[in-house]
Amino acid sequence: MKLIAVGFLCVGILMGCANKAPPTLYYQIGGNAGIEKLIDSFINQIGNDEQVFHYFEHTNIAHFRQGFILHMCMLTDGPCKYSYAGDSMVDIHTGMNITEKDFNHVVDLLVNAMNEQNIPHPIQNKILSKMAPLRGDIINI
Amino acid sequence: MVKIKHLFVSVLLLISLPTVANSSGKLLATPGVSQVEGSGGGGIVPWAQLAGYASEDEFSVNGFCSRADVSDYALNVCGAQLNLFNRVELSYAKQEFDVPALNTEIEQSITSAKIRLYGDIVYSQWPQLSLGIQHKSLDDGTVAKLVGAEDTSGTDYYLAASKLHLGAFAGYNWFWNVTTRYSAANELGLLGYGGGNADSAFLFEGSTAVFLSRELAIGIEYRQKANNLNLGEQDWKDVFVAWMPNKNVSVTAAYLDLGRIAGADDQTGWYLSVTGYW
Repeated sequence: MKLIAVGFLCVGILMGCANKAPPTLYYQIGGNAGIEKLIDSFINQIGNDEQVFHYFEHTNIAHFRQGFILHMCMLTDGPCKYSYAGDSMVDIHTGMNITEKDFNHVVDLLVNAMNEQNIPHPIQNKILSKMAPLRGDIINI
Repeated sequence: MVKIKHLFVSVLLLISLPTVANSSGKLLATPGVSQVEGSGGGGIVPWAQLAGYASEDEFSVNGFCSRADVSDYALNVCGAQLNLFNRVELSYAKQEFDVPALNTEIEQSITSAKIRLYGDIVYSQWPQLSLGIQHKSLDDGTVAKLVGAEDTSGTDYYLAASKLHLGAFAGYNWFWNVTTRYSAANELGLLGYGGGNADSAFLFEGSTAVFLSRELAIGIEYRQKANNLNLGEQDWKDVFVAWMPNKNVSVTAAYLDLGRIAGADDQTGWYLSVTGYW
């Protein structure tokens, strides 16, 4: 009887484990605090870059920072809602004429920022795979 | 005076080339390396990516040298590629195949072109697709004729598809390429083209790799071979490590299993290749 109870307990634990989803990317990069640090590193990378800084010359950095933090939270399945209307990816980037080359350079800068924040390589790739599909809404428009 | 002028122009070209080209518009490692016939690819398989870091607004120039050392033979190749706006790749390679047993060396020149038909290995929904052509010509066809080849030059056509899947395996990036080649070549053409047995045929080639970091990939390759000469020519296989520390250089090392070549069994050995990018 005792053995059967232990048996059920084991099955219960196993099922519990199987049902529990792995933590989202959001938690794997340290939640909101982790994202803030990453975006600050990224902004710092852009600020020190000759090739792409000109795209951001007239950008309101505080607005960009808040928007990117929120966007990153959403992309990494964090507990936030991308709530404001009007700031679509296409709207933001229309007229900027961002080239394929400069887009990839910004990806390089994001990788630098992720390295700076010691985000492990596999987590970096998962973040990049969430962002890659957005490229069509960003370049050559 | 003319000589000095030439020297001056040459030096000027050498200095300006890196600054004129110096393209870096692709992500690190995504162009791949240089294959033995001079095209952008792996080691033995041409890939859908175009050689070099040029994006759609740039051009790039790359140079490479490779050496393969197997049980009874050695192959030295050097060549260069020009990438125009990541749409067209033009390349030239010179192969020197050492046959110590016969105390002879077979030389072959390869002129190739590749055009990107669709996509980007990282960003497009479907794999990148390219069509390529490699025209190969033996300097001296004596050995080719001796073993029964029909021609001493030939043209291969290929269609290649490739894709890099970000974070595919436990977060690691996974790359694959499949290529279909229409060719009559015997051992890359080093033993001529065609023969008593058959003529051009469709052949399958494939490569796959996992990136352990941004700079380091490990992978395998396979290249199907025809057996036009009845010499028991076998499919080629290799296991490779490619190191791309920056957008200026790549180094590839591989262990080769080339099977039977011209009657000599179990041709296994090592491969080393270096490509420089401008």
